[in-house]
Amino acid sequence: MLADLADRAREIIARYPEGRSRSALLPMLHLVHAEEGCVAADGIAFCAEMLGLTRAEVSAVATFYTMYKRRPAGDWLVSVCTNTMCDVLGGGRVFEMLSEYLDVGHDETTADGTITLEHAECLAACDYGPVMTVNYEFFDKVDVETALGIVTALQSGERPKPTRGARLCTLKEMSLQLAGFGGLDGWEDTGVADGVAGDATLRTNRLAERHGISVADFDPDTPIGRPDKAAAPAPAKVPEANKPASDGKPAGDSPLPQRDSLKEGRT
Amino acid sequence: MTEPSPAVLAKVTPVLTKRWSAPDAWRRETYERLDGYRALHKALAVHPDDLVQLVKDSGLRGRGGAGFPTGMKWGFIPQNTDKPVYLVVNADEGEPGTCKDLPLMTHDPHSLIEGCIIAAYAIRAHHAFIYVRGEAVNAARRLRHAVAEAYEEGYLGRNILDSGFDLDLIIHSGAGAYICGEETALLDSLEGYRGQPRLRPPFPATHGLYAAPTVVNNVGTIASVPYIVLGGAAWWRTMGTEKSSGPMIYSLSGRVVHPGQYECSMGITLRELIELAGGMLPGHNLKFWTPGGSSTPLLTADHQDVPLDFESVAAAGSILGTTATQIFSDSDCPVYATYRWLEFYHHESCGKCTPCREGNYWMVGTYRRILSGQGTHADLDTLLDTCDNILGRSFCGLGDGATSPVTSSIQYFKQDYLDYIEGKVPPKLHGHELVGAS
Repeated sequence: MLADLADRAREIIARYPEGRSRSALLPMLHLVHAEEGCVAADGIAFCAEMLGLTRAEVSAVATFYTMYKRRPAGDWLVSVCTNTMCDVLGGGRVFEMLSEYLDVGHDETTADGTITLEHAECLAACDYGPVMTVNYEFFDKVDVETALGIVTALQSGERPKPTRGARLCTLKEMSLQLAGFGGLDGWEDTGVADGVAGDATLRTNRLAERHGISVADFDPDTPIGRPDKAAAPAPAKVPEANKPASDGKPAGDSPLPQRDSLKEGRT
Repeated sequence: MTEPSPAVLAKVTPVLTKRWSAPDAWRRETYERLDGYRALHKALAVHPDDLVQLVKDSGLRGRGGAGFPTGMKWGFIPQNTDKPVYLVVNADEGEPGTCKDLPLMTHDPHSLIEGCIIAAYAIRAHHAFIYVRGEAVNAARRLRHAVAEAYEEGYLGRNILDSGFDLDLIIHSGAGAYICGEETALLDSLEGYRGQPRLRPPFPATHGLYAAPTVVNNVGTIASVPYIVLGGAAWWRTMGTEKSSGPMIYSLSGRVVHPGQYECSMGITLRELIELAGGMLPGHNLKFWTPGGSSTPLLTADHQDVPLDFESVAAAGSILGTTATQIFSDSDCPVYATYRWLEFYHHESCGKCTPCREGNYWMVGTYRRILSGQGTHADLDTLLDTCDNILGRSFCGLGDGATSPVTSSIQYFKQDYLDYIEGKVPPKLHGHELVGAS
């Protein structure tokens, strides 16, 4: 029931500065998606009412972004990157094969309502291409066979393990995360600890370990000082809650008065 | 595999990537053990203007593609206004080829948060936002967890570390729109509107989020700040070149043995990067590459020794961009690659400006015609003419970016186009005989 979401919606609104409730619209649309598996007319009406907007205003936003599905999506959103790099490395063939196997086209859901297929634009994992995602969790370096294996596992009720990142959850559960909410026990419950960095991610680290590389002359205690030792002029107006700290500076570096509200320097 | 030469290895500079291999570096306790939040203590003890000056002295330039001097951007924020000041981090990574910010946020989220607190203190902001690309759920999950930890420990919230400074940090997930990586479209999206770019001026420095003074910085830019605070401006400048200082994460993808993230001194060359990556894949010879994502004009095997810094890449006729080097070989077709990018720009054009919306639509149709063997010699003129009418005629850079692969591929690989037009190679696409028939 969308009405049950009102408390969570108010929680989202409260994150944003006073009088700026409209900023809550995108996460609220994710929230509606978490309840209904899509953004439909009643979800738009709910957001409009909560935020004091017209339905047309909300609709204009909901239809602009590709992650808000207009029709009920399956539990599993399978996205295959077909942008240039993934495509030339084989992503295009993966999409065509899955499309044929599932008998659906882009942004369509299988007859049993479980899997929605889409081709995605660059998913920012080009070093692992070709990639596909299930509910936005990465499966790296897929080919026709591994992609088919992932999809058939989903069809048989399994939850294949993503290459990196967290265990799979349903699209509705993921939409709740996108709205900014953790699982029942907070973020630990969402699999925040799952997964390790992949090999491509760690190329710099591996080279550094192998060849003993580190950047020379790094001294974390280097004083923050103006090279010419000239003092910074005081700002014309300092907001009340934002008093400049000066007493932790190296001696003789600033003529600014000490302020009682500031603690000893900790550097 | 042959090892890279010592001269090339000397250009590897693990700074921002340093913690990525540490298990659980995304947890506060591990982060703190590895110098984490040490820069914050140091920064809160000095005057905000000294931090702005420090960043100016470091020569740090924006890591999101444009390379604008960060300290100067911070210095533009008016401090004599009654309006609140905002810090917005652009974490909407999506430029094709670019994959450096997501691993940073996933494996070292606290470094971005620490950078946010220091930057917000420097510009006197009490609200900061990280606008994370919607699809980047791993990064957003780790960031939200890290923000919760930071509040618990008093790094965020009221009277941070008893300094009197207050800051709230909000993680905001997008919902799937490449255009929101453009800073003014991002601000509109963050305000709850369709993500469409705004006319500039006025610039975000005076009229940004909620029409208030706003700094918008890339993830890598803000994550650099704690290191500059710790090591100092002079140390930062020991890396990179005089005008492009510091380390840079180069993202290699495509036809190399080890694609991945290579953090190196700015100004390294593609030849050297390929050496670090174990060379080209067997049987593949470099044919074309992007220095910084698909919106930067293609370069060729003749450009392998161009130093990859802002000035040198510009002098070679391209743009350093996001240092996303997508590497293609002689088994890849530049015409088809450009067509796929055009499909992308066509799909992602927000529709606000006619030249970009219509121009990309028609160019996709022209590419389909060429690739299906139905092209004519006049199509090349049509493409260049269309590019002329898109470039510089839209509110933002999306349209400009779309013309980059078109004009550069025609410049360097005209023969590949002619081969389709003159029937010397078999058609790559079928069934799209009419322009716009899809």
